[in-house]
Amino acid sequence: MGADMSPSLVTLRAVSKTFQTGTRALDNLNLDVRPGEFLTLLGPSGCGKSTALRIIAGLMAPTSGQVEWGCVKPELGFVFQDPTLMPWVSVEDNIWLPLRLRGQSKAQARKRIDEALALVGLSRFGGAFPRELSGGMKMRVSIARALVTRPAILLLDEPFAALDEITRFRLNDDLLALQKELAATIVFVTHSVFESVYLSSRICVFTNRPGRVTQEIVVDAPTRDSGFRASALFGQTCQQASAALERAYGLEGAI
Amino acid sequence: MKRLIEKLAPWLLFAAAIGAWEITVRVREIAPYILPAPSVIVATAISDWPLLWAALLVTLRTTFLALLMASFGGLALALLFARWRWVERSLFPFAVVLQVTPIIAIAPLLLVYLETDAAVLTCAFIVAFFPVLSNSVLGLRSVDRNLVELYELYGASRWQQLRLLRLPAALPYFLGGLRIGGGLALIGAIVAEIAAGSAGKGAGLAFRIIEAAYRLNVPRMFAALALISLTGIAIYVTFSLVSRLLLARWHESEI
Repeated sequence: MGADMSPSLVTLRAVSKTFQTGTRALDNLNLDVRPGEFLTLLGPSGCGKSTALRIIAGLMAPTSGQVEWGCVKPELGFVFQDPTLMPWVSVEDNIWLPLRLRGQSKAQARKRIDEALALVGLSRFGGAFPRELSGGMKMRVSIARALVTRPAILLLDEPFAALDEITRFRLNDDLLALQKELAATIVFVTHSVFESVYLSSRICVFTNRPGRVTQEIVVDAPTRDSGFRASALFGQTCQQASAALERAYGLEGAI
Repeated sequence: MKRLIEKLAPWLLFAAAIGAWEITVRVREIAPYILPAPSVIVATAISDWPLLWAALLVTLRTTFLALLMASFGGLALALLFARWRWVERSLFPFAVVLQVTPIIAIAPLLLVYLETDAAVLTCAFIVAFFPVLSNSVLGLRSVDRNLVELYELYGASRWQQLRLLRLPAALPYFLGGLRIGGGLALIGAIVAEIAAGSAGKGAGLAFRIIEAAYRLNVPRMFAALALISLTGIAIYVTFSLVSRLLLARWHESEI
């Protein structure tokens, strides 16, 4: 694969994480994220994939091992499992937050806020309050907030897990369109095989406790649309990923 | 028609109760020094107004001064508690002791140590302080963990985190504490006035009640009592309105 040749954006080297409770979430994890790819961390719940994402984001320090960034640490965007919006301010003030924390006034950030709102298709809802929006729209606001700093790498932690299927499909397509438009690198955490195959250029399958990558699957499909969902390649890749996931569960059983 | 009745029902019931009281007193010819009729109470309130008004102002001043001190003191201490656990562990027992010891039992001691005015104020402050403190601590603690992480991710300073995240998140709880504290401050002021039992320029409503009791001026006792109730209701309604005004657009409690 040509992608393997490009230098990594970030590399996790022998990363382990043991929580204070004694739970070993990650054990000797090696992972690299390449520029421009859509990388999915797929695994059973509680397998440490979210922990890996948090370590990449710097929200958590590894117990041992290193996180190495290519040159300088690029601008990061992080989307949580819940929309995690502040209910007391409007949609646009929520999106303003990352820039506000860096000392930009709302007037200075205005252009970026409008851009981010437009990117997620919520231009008309800047003045609304979060509680006035549907679950899917809240998630879009959350994504817009992550995009407002124009991150080079976007980290998403099971962002669509709580949404209904139609909304999830639509947000999947929106996310792919966003990646194309922004040329950003995306690291996406999910436990859904179909979602991972549909979105990713590369899937890393995690095992359970302690988490590490057992298999890597490259999804080599140029276009992602309903046609891709119906294609033989999609079906085969899903089977491959499902089998890998089952082995991951099997390993857990053996331990 | 049905909706009109539903709307009027509380008022009608109230009017009926007052009417029944008035009629009972008149028909059975009960003496005013045993049970005055509502009309007599109103007449007394009007004729004794200069005296009662002056007393009300004294009690109100104590109540609001105590509430003001309790708000600032409670919030300030809550901020310390939320910031350092050990401060809470060391100081909270004192707050609990003050709270669980009946104020009527503390009042005589305070009256020995302090000037009458200061002792009354201190009593009102002590009872109003605790709900503001414990609610504010709860509010400052119940900030969304993910939002805290988001702030950290974007390098927010402590001050930014406090101003933009912790204080707004704690606001509904703080206002709830204020609503309870407002009523309690009035009770504390009345209790302390009764314990003080002093005459002179600083005589509040409670003192006027005791004084009227000695003279068997039962209508005036009722009039003073009614004023205290109305004051309590006014305090509660005021804080409910403030709460609605501040939270209407975002908090579940006011939707």
